[in-house]
Amino acid sequence: MLWETFLLAQRTIRRNALRSTLTILGIVIGVAAVITMVTLGSGATAKVTSDISSLGTNTLHVRPGQGMRGPGGARTSADQFTIEDADAIASNVAGLAAVAPTATASSQAIHGSANWSTAVTGASNTFFQVQSWSIAQGRVFSAGELKAGKAVCLLGQTVWEELFGVVSPLGQTIRLGKISFKVIGTLQEKGQSSFGTDQDDIVVIPLRTLQRRIRGDTDVGTILVAVADGVATTSVQGHIENLMRERRGIRPDQDDDFHVRDMKELIDTLTGTTTVLTALLSAVAGVSLLVGGIGIMNIMLVSVTERTREIGTRLAIGALEREVLMQFLVESVVLSTFGGVIGIALGLCAAGLGSYFIGVPFVFKPGIVAASFLFSAAVGVVFGYVPARKAARLNPIEALRYE
Amino acid sequence: MASESTPPLIEFHQVAKVYGQGTATMRALDGIDLSVRAGEFVAMMGPSGSGKSTCLNILGSLDTPSEGSYRFEGVPVERLSRDQRALLRRQFLGFIFQGFNLLNRTSALENVELPLIYRKMPARVRHEKAMAALTAVGLAKWAHHAPGELSGGQQQRVAIARALVGQPRVLMADEPTGNLDSVRSREIAAMLKDFNRRQGITIVMVTHEPEMAAYADRQIHFQDGRITSNGHHGKKR
Repeated sequence: MLWETFLLAQRTIRRNALRSTLTILGIVIGVAAVITMVTLGSGATAKVTSDISSLGTNTLHVRPGQGMRGPGGARTSADQFTIEDADAIASNVAGLAAVAPTATASSQAIHGSANWSTAVTGASNTFFQVQSWSIAQGRVFSAGELKAGKAVCLLGQTVWEELFGVVSPLGQTIRLGKISFKVIGTLQEKGQSSFGTDQDDIVVIPLRTLQRRIRGDTDVGTILVAVADGVATTSVQGHIENLMRERRGIRPDQDDDFHVRDMKELIDTLTGTTTVLTALLSAVAGVSLLVGGIGIMNIMLVSVTERTREIGTRLAIGALEREVLMQFLVESVVLSTFGGVIGIALGLCAAGLGSYFIGVPFVFKPGIVAASFLFSAAVGVVFGYVPARKAARLNPIEALRYE
Repeated sequence: MASESTPPLIEFHQVAKVYGQGTATMRALDGIDLSVRAGEFVAMMGPSGSGKSTCLNILGSLDTPSEGSYRFEGVPVERLSRDQRALLRRQFLGFIFQGFNLLNRTSALENVELPLIYRKMPARVRHEKAMAALTAVGLAKWAHHAPGELSGGQQQRVAIARALVGQPRVLMADEPTGNLDSVRSREIAAMLKDFNRRQGITIVMVTHEPEMAAYADRQIHFQDGRITSNGHHGKKR
């Protein structure tokens, strides 16, 4: 009987092809929007995660100040770290692969007539290790250069291209501010970070050179710590925090005036943002599903009125109330699920195109497809019920005479 | 043929139908007694508003009496629920209407199959029975045409096939020739008479045309919700 009802519903829908198409348009758009949003959102999340993982998920960033601890956190100007803090971490905390104290300054890089504003990072060779950054040409710093604070540098891909074009910069000289630096190497291309900054727009010089000759201080801006494989970053993070509190003389009742950030935290923060955004957009799309449901209800009510005589005839022939109810309910469910299926197909196509143009991976989520399908069926049941009940409760005598 | 000794198939005892409430009530049926025996062909006549259609609706279990009792083969129909009455119609009653009431854009064959679908018959059996019923009304050739492509007389014959395909005990006909010209009317009346004679189907027909009523075994006349004559005055043909 259900199969018969299904066939009947399907035939009735085809008979009113144009009207049926317009009726399900709301559902189609709603489902397509939800599928597109969720798929693109998942793609964005996957991209952010993989980008940050490429930076090394087992890296901790130790910085002065309280960092992003939410509103209300006092942002007092905290003391900077020094090279001794980094040494203390390296010698006191177990389970570390490398410790890289760094400091940065922005500067004009000049070579001949070429002029490029870039970020200069002062670091030692552990920097390349922590960042898992390999050398494209040339070499890393020598111990002597690091100790003496020599004017030597490695160029990121972008800086190299901006200053030298395709010519090899090895052995050439560039100027940072007023000081001339000898180029001893270039770095492998890294591409854009998930924050949209160009990671290759960098010049790396010895930390001591930056401190003495560019910044004129002994500050260490960030201590990068690579945790050894198989060691829990949280325990290392705890050790570093205790050590720093001790060294900085923070009393137990005082808050930290520095922060240790795990890259995993950063991933969580960023994916959290995309998840919230996806949820919001999906909610808006969900509203259009509701509107689509109301459209179905409207058309089903019209259909019941139009077919009053048919309903009367069926009742006279001996159709039970629930059989008439089922007939109209099945019809609205067939309509809405049909809209859902078209919407899923459209949504996946749109998400495929969208991910191609935005440059995020296409992440197929079977769960959301199944949920959309079930939701559109539910829309059919919920919004088809009132018209179907109206049909089932018609008085057969009045229905038979209805003009 | 009906004889006086067979027990009545349909029995009305003081059946009344009252519309409205309080002082503004209208007694469409005012306490009538009526019995129809199996195999009878009964015509119910009377001017509009006389109560004949209300009587047919109650007979067809589409409506319930306000007072009195209605027994169909001894079953008190006034005590049945809406769904039980639907099942009664499904199993024992067939209907034809003045306006034919065929489903549009649905072939004659599918229209005739409709009662069998509600009886949950398998598709193949349904096709065979519906085809046989259409053949019996002389429309086998038109089985796959929609009602819109058929003449009024043909449409009513499809409706008769639909009413009879389930082999009901009683055929309820509400002004079956009201929308037809006199030639088609006579064809339909003769066809009903033929089914009554050959298959022993009980027919209750509402009509206001004496010519149609003349085909019946018995004419019941209604006036102001009461039966004025309940005799066997019909000319036998």
